[in-house]
Amino acid sequence: MAKTLAEKVWEAHVVRRAAGEPDLLYIDLHLVHEVTSPQAFDGLRASGRSVRRPDLTLATEDHNVPTIDILKPIADPISRAQVDALRNNCAEFGVPIYSLGNIEQGIVHVVGPQLGLTQPGMTVVCGDSHTSTHGAFGALAFGIGTSEVEHVLATQTLPLKPFKTMAINVDGELPAGVSAKDVTLAVIAKIGTGGGQGYVLEYKGSAIRGLSMEGRMTVCNMSIEAGARAGMIAPDETTFEYLKGRDRAPKGADWDAAVAYWSTLPSDADAKYDAEVFIDASTLSPFVTWGTNPGQGLPLSGSVPSPADAKDEVDRVAIERALEYMGLTAGMPLRDIKVDIVFVGSCTNGRIEDLRTVAEVLKGRKVDSKVRMLVVPGSVRVKNQAEEEGLDVIIKESGAEWREAGCSMCLAMNPDKLAPGERSASTSNRNFEGRQGPGGRTHLVSPAVAAATAITGHLAAPADL
Amino acid sequence: MEKFVMHTGTAAPLRRSNVDTDQIIPAEYLKRITRHGFEDGLFAAWRKDTEFVLNQPAYQGVSILIAGPDFGTGSSREHAVWALQDYGFKVVLSSRFADIFRGNSGKGGLLTAMLEQDDIEKLWAVVEADPATLVTVDLDKREVRAGEVTAVFEVDDYVRWRLMEGLDDIGITLNQAEAITEFEAKRPVFLPTTA
Repeated sequence: MAKTLAEKVWEAHVVRRAAGEPDLLYIDLHLVHEVTSPQAFDGLRASGRSVRRPDLTLATEDHNVPTIDILKPIADPISRAQVDALRNNCAEFGVPIYSLGNIEQGIVHVVGPQLGLTQPGMTVVCGDSHTSTHGAFGALAFGIGTSEVEHVLATQTLPLKPFKTMAINVDGELPAGVSAKDVTLAVIAKIGTGGGQGYVLEYKGSAIRGLSMEGRMTVCNMSIEAGARAGMIAPDETTFEYLKGRDRAPKGADWDAAVAYWSTLPSDADAKYDAEVFIDASTLSPFVTWGTNPGQGLPLSGSVPSPADAKDEVDRVAIERALEYMGLTAGMPLRDIKVDIVFVGSCTNGRIEDLRTVAEVLKGRKVDSKVRMLVVPGSVRVKNQAEEEGLDVIIKESGAEWREAGCSMCLAMNPDKLAPGERSASTSNRNFEGRQGPGGRTHLVSPAVAAATAITGHLAAPADL
Repeated sequence: MEKFVMHTGTAAPLRRSNVDTDQIIPAEYLKRITRHGFEDGLFAAWRKDTEFVLNQPAYQGVSILIAGPDFGTGSSREHAVWALQDYGFKVVLSSRFADIFRGNSGKGGLLTAMLEQDDIEKLWAVVEADPATLVTVDLDKREVRAGEVTAVFEVDDYVRWRLMEGLDDIGITLNQAEAITEFEAKRPVFLPTTA
């Protein structure tokens, strides 16, 4: 029977199937960070259990690490205790860890792919909803809760109910200046924050095929913002080219065997999806959010919507509340929205290609005097690469701050946060109330829009400069 | 885990949609490394507003939350479940839950019962008219009863069985250790390790 990519990967990992029970799936790679793991390790200790496969488990410090003075002890005692707990747990249970100061340290979803650990056809989990990022390689990758982290540590498996499948077809050519981030924001605005619930999304079509691995990771990263636990893209030459030669990628005869297997993974031509969505890439333009969930987005050329335009009562209340929180009035052109802070970074847009885009826009220009701009690379290796290319010099000369790697202002668990009422344009993934600091207001944007906004002081695209 | 068969208590109406886990518990409250004590972080930003439903005297001691659609979206943080439980909630009712949150709830013994939005509206009306109304959530019959309202809810069969038996997932899976070992012997050799 014809199968989709997601179904093929699922079937290849079933350890046990019994009527009336979830399938027991084997997990090829378990990524761990400091925030969602301490209670899981405690659970193991309490029941006298060990980590079944430390060699398929990898920890990194990212969520609450500082992005300056990283070699000093962490100033916030609670953050420090959490990072210390991770280090102690990894030592006790034999789990490899990349700590602050290690060249492999960085955001967990940047680290896995750049090491070549994330490969097509694998199952990848992490106690973090943006694990969907790894689906860009044709892996089945999804976020799990702490109980499930404990379950995977103890058994290297998870009991799971099958997902439904949804094809997101993005065909045609993306207009100049339109990036992967704009595609994903447009998809979420179209299907809604709950539209993907219960589904694995498979992004297809010529516009998706044309994206780099970095762009594909951006698209898959935000699948969760549409309610889907996973997003996937079939592996192809772009995928193989990215993986070849990476530290943990197969070598020699193993490489040939792997490529032969990976090449069988794309969905069969006559495979059936439970739902399909079609988007014409040529109609897309730079996209920004105006509200307090990632589905509340519009083209930059648009205006703040009115509660009167709502499709139903629930939506009307949501728009009203979002406008109040965001301090916006209906009808205001989005380009007129002034920002205080611009944040470039996160597992969505903290990779080298994103930093190149930002530097290209900033080159020879100055960040607006009323705007503070923070550029936070997704990993130490991304930072080093950017510095080799001289991007840090361009970024600093424009007046922006150049930081160390981590999650930073995406979720404000470290000192990088918005003050109440401050407004940001952010390349991250969530514009929830208070996400970037209590009372902070977030507009999600692409790296190019972030850079142009920093220069003008209001939401703008490079074409406006 | 404690067995869950039926629960009766008072309920609070949360007339909001898309309540994400950053609202249920903001990131700054996630730094604790223990499993308990998260009640302070529950809806921390909203609880600063004296009008917020959980701050109203009439809704003290509630154990059932009646929420708008798309409850629990966003971050995978299981702390959201722990915060609700530490505060005293045993059940959340909504017409739609985010997947990860719902999975986490089942693991921790918090029942997430999915009802039609019409029934949610009826229940809101009942507990707003009289906050002292006792609401019964019957997992055995998959039914919510409050005043004149009786509504059926949806819950996964397997999750229901586990909750009613109070079973721990890891214990169930460890019974399959042999099948896991057999599977491991057949994994392709080109797969990577982290060691």
